[in-house]
Amino acid sequence: MAESRLGAFTLAPLGDCVLLIELGNDASESTAQRVHAVAEHLLEQSPAGVKDVVPAVCTVALHYDPLLVEQPREGDTPYEALKQQVTERLASLDPTRQAAGPEVEIPVCYGGTFGEDLAALAEAHGLSVDEVIALHGAPVYRVQMLGFAPGFAYLAGLDPRLSTPRRSTPRSRVPGGSVAIGGELTAVYPLDLPGGWHLIGRSPVRFFDPTAERPSLLVAGDRVRFVRVSVDEYAALDKGVPWR
Amino acid sequence: MALRVHRAGILTTVQDLGRYGYQRFGVPGGGVMDEYSHRLANLLVGNPEHEATLEITLAGPRLEFTEDALIGVCGGDFAPTIDGGKVPAARPVLVAQGSVLDFGTCRLGCRAYLAVAGGFDVPRVMGSKSTYLRGGFGGFEGRSLRRGDLLAIGQGGAGLYPGLRAELEQGAPFAYPRWSVNANSAFLAHDHHRIHFIPGRHWDLFSEDSQQQFGAVQFRIAPDSDRMGYRLEGTAMTLKQPTEILPEAVTFGTIQVPPDGRPIVLMANRQTTGGYPRIGEVATVDLPLLAQLPPGDTVQFEPMTLEDSQRLYLNRDRDLGIMREALQMRMKL
Repeated sequence: MAESRLGAFTLAPLGDCVLLIELGNDASESTAQRVHAVAEHLLEQSPAGVKDVVPAVCTVALHYDPLLVEQPREGDTPYEALKQQVTERLASLDPTRQAAGPEVEIPVCYGGTFGEDLAALAEAHGLSVDEVIALHGAPVYRVQMLGFAPGFAYLAGLDPRLSTPRRSTPRSRVPGGSVAIGGELTAVYPLDLPGGWHLIGRSPVRFFDPTAERPSLLVAGDRVRFVRVSVDEYAALDKGVPWR
Repeated sequence: MALRVHRAGILTTVQDLGRYGYQRFGVPGGGVMDEYSHRLANLLVGNPEHEATLEITLAGPRLEFTEDALIGVCGGDFAPTIDGGKVPAARPVLVAQGSVLDFGTCRLGCRAYLAVAGGFDVPRVMGSKSTYLRGGFGGFEGRSLRRGDLLAIGQGGAGLYPGLRAELEQGAPFAYPRWSVNANSAFLAHDHHRIHFIPGRHWDLFSEDSQQQFGAVQFRIAPDSDRMGYRLEGTAMTLKQPTEILPEAVTFGTIQVPPDGRPIVLMANRQTTGGYPRIGEVATVDLPLLAQLPPGDTVQFEPMTLEDSQRLYLNRDRDLGIMREALQMRMKL
């Protein structure tokens, strides 16, 4: 356990090619802010040998090649050497200087064939369909982490009244663009994927583009707001008519 | 210059050493399952070790060379032939234009790697030539090979192994040297497969019974195992008490345990993050061996320290370096 302006953190190995930085044990906003700050800092100034920086709910993982880690002291393992370098870098990090991520507006056409589970989900919570749509569209969500599939962003900040356990039997194919609720989170399926979340709508936005320099529309730390659009607006957007 | 696919085999994909720098976008590392055989195959034909190879699974393809090509085949034993003649593994083979390389079904191991001098000329997507099937990108059009495909081969191999060239000019469909490089097949011939693992950060969450059993019992590799994960059957692992784990990064070799207690070893195409307790991680040097075990085979885990595992990792690379230098000498002959 080490201390700095960042607060307490722990470094641990995940096998012989990953170093995990633990920054808390909850899914709180303050932990997320520290995770985001550490991930950004280590992306900008990666120690030699680091191949990937992967932030999650309360951890940041560094995937590294043990061959390429600088070993200033004879006899240190690559893990020990990297651990030393990361500890030094984090000691000088001030997490409060980190700016909040940008706010991204995402158009959604709710219900109908786009959101097959919307009516059942509303009924399960004793709400009308319009109330569910209003509750889902109200918050500014925070991208907690990416995972599961390329461009799949877990969004925190769902109104607790919409929190819904995942389906007991997942669908073998959820269409790309589907907006869904799973547990206390919401997300958009970036590609056609198997999935167990409840589908409430669909967005015409492209969330993942393997040819783009930044392939994912959303990254950890971004803010997200859902904006309701009609079927006609959805169709226009889907054809490439710019939004707003 | 190209490979024409006469028969595709069960799952034949273009793979390299993986896609790194994009896991924070949810993009899997992917790449070859058996990194050792892939690197060795590339070394045999004078390619950089990260160049793409064809990963061939369980039942192999039938491939025609549109021009002379220098190839290397390493990994599982598919008893490949060229125009009916047996092709030896783990050595360079010079193939004449129009020859047909036919991989049979796998007799030992489950994946072979075909390297061609010059590599495969497919676009890099996010820095890698690896095929990612679920995302439909990378490799050859983001998919596994099909009959009729023409897979382009890059420039390379000119002037290497002049002795073999002379044999080809006398009309042989293919030529190879008498020597071969040391591959891992001895391990596969054993009935008892031991795989080393480093106990993980959730080790203490598992019951004492499970901690004892994990390194003592044999697990069977389930039929639904694939490039994403190996599912292990036999003994269920239990936690001391139900514990919620917040999702965090996983890696190639992470052994996670879902609520049903059946461990899953995450393999090349694993997701970037996971939310199940992990019992440990497989030592990276043993992943190529594990990747060669087909469903139905058994495996036993043995604990290893991180220090030992990293030392073996560095040693393996040193050995490959020695092999690279030795091959560079032989390529001139």
